[in-house]
Amino acid sequence: MSDIWTTTAVAAGGATEGGPASGAVGLRAKVMEMTRTAEDAVLAPADPGAWPHDLRAALAVRIARLNAAGDVAVRYAARMQGDEFAALADPAETGAALGLSHVVTFMDKVAARPRDIAAGDISALQAAGVADADIVRLCELNAFLAYQLRLIAGLKLMTGAA
Amino acid sequence: MAKIVHKFTRDVPHWQPRVTPVNLEEATEAQLEALQVTPSNTKVSDYVLTLAHDVESLKVRSPLFNAIMYDKGGLGRAGREIGALAASMVNRCVYCAAVHAARHAQLEKSTELTDKLFEKGADADLDPRDRAIFDFARKLSDCPSQADADDMQALRDAGLDEDEILDLILSASLFGWANRLMHVLGDPVRTEVDA
Repeated sequence: MSDIWTTTAVAAGGATEGGPASGAVGLRAKVMEMTRTAEDAVLAPADPGAWPHDLRAALAVRIARLNAAGDVAVRYAARMQGDEFAALADPAETGAALGLSHVVTFMDKVAARPRDIAAGDISALQAAGVADADIVRLCELNAFLAYQLRLIAGLKLMTGAA
Repeated sequence: MAKIVHKFTRDVPHWQPRVTPVNLEEATEAQLEALQVTPSNTKVSDYVLTLAHDVESLKVRSPLFNAIMYDKGGLGRAGREIGALAASMVNRCVYCAAVHAARHAQLEKSTELTDKLFEKGADADLDPRDRAIFDFARKLSDCPSQADADDMQALRDAGLDEDEILDLILSASLFGWANRLMHVLGDPVRTEVDA
């Protein structure tokens, strides 16, 4: 098994080999390993569809910031190769200048207020010309980040890193 | 005629996608592999066919979900279901809440806890252990998470050990993921038979 201690979730959660929570993390090593695989599947997929890796990284930074997780944002930012989409990492940026305001509006709402999502939010994306497969790709990115950011927030409370 | 279900229930509704699922007959080899379609297993739900639009995520999703909800050790299955249910209630995913409330009732052979939660929400009168589990998962599900050191201490005071606490964090977090697919990509519906 590769080194689970260097995965984003475990490292950002403050768990180290032999440290607080390390026994529990070790028991769930397989889960932590799959969490890393899932992170790569949404941030650096072989088939990114309409959403290049840098756009995904910028949205991940943005969503980490919406979750008050600045330290995790730094980890996601390290994935950005260029600065084409870097502005979107700022939660105050609307995305209009890049023609992506429909994407940014949707991603912010799914991240912060998923309970308020309704059919109209999906049809707005479709009306803006986003293909169904790319809508699913946006949701998977957002959904994974929700999971990982909460796993990290919880681990930090366990390890005392919060 | 199908009506959207807005109220929490243990009676699992039908899930109706808001996007067009992958057509199995037109699926790519990678999609078929991720869907685990074999000659003897050709039944795939609309939900999984919808997720097949993002094959790389779908592939890791099922083993990860199964490991978090069913792997041995740590928190018992009923406790993990409370984590899933708390997240689904915060995110108002009626479909996920129904599935996991029903599983909890089945595991505990009692509808008492889920009856109370669906009736009174966060104000429900729960025993100390369920209270600590539900409150932690509920607060962790907010954006940003509202869970704090006192909530963590409440879990320890209620007798949860470190393995159990991590499993609770995992199940609640996992439903932050699941809810953002189920609740966003489709509607929970009930077909009403016209007289």
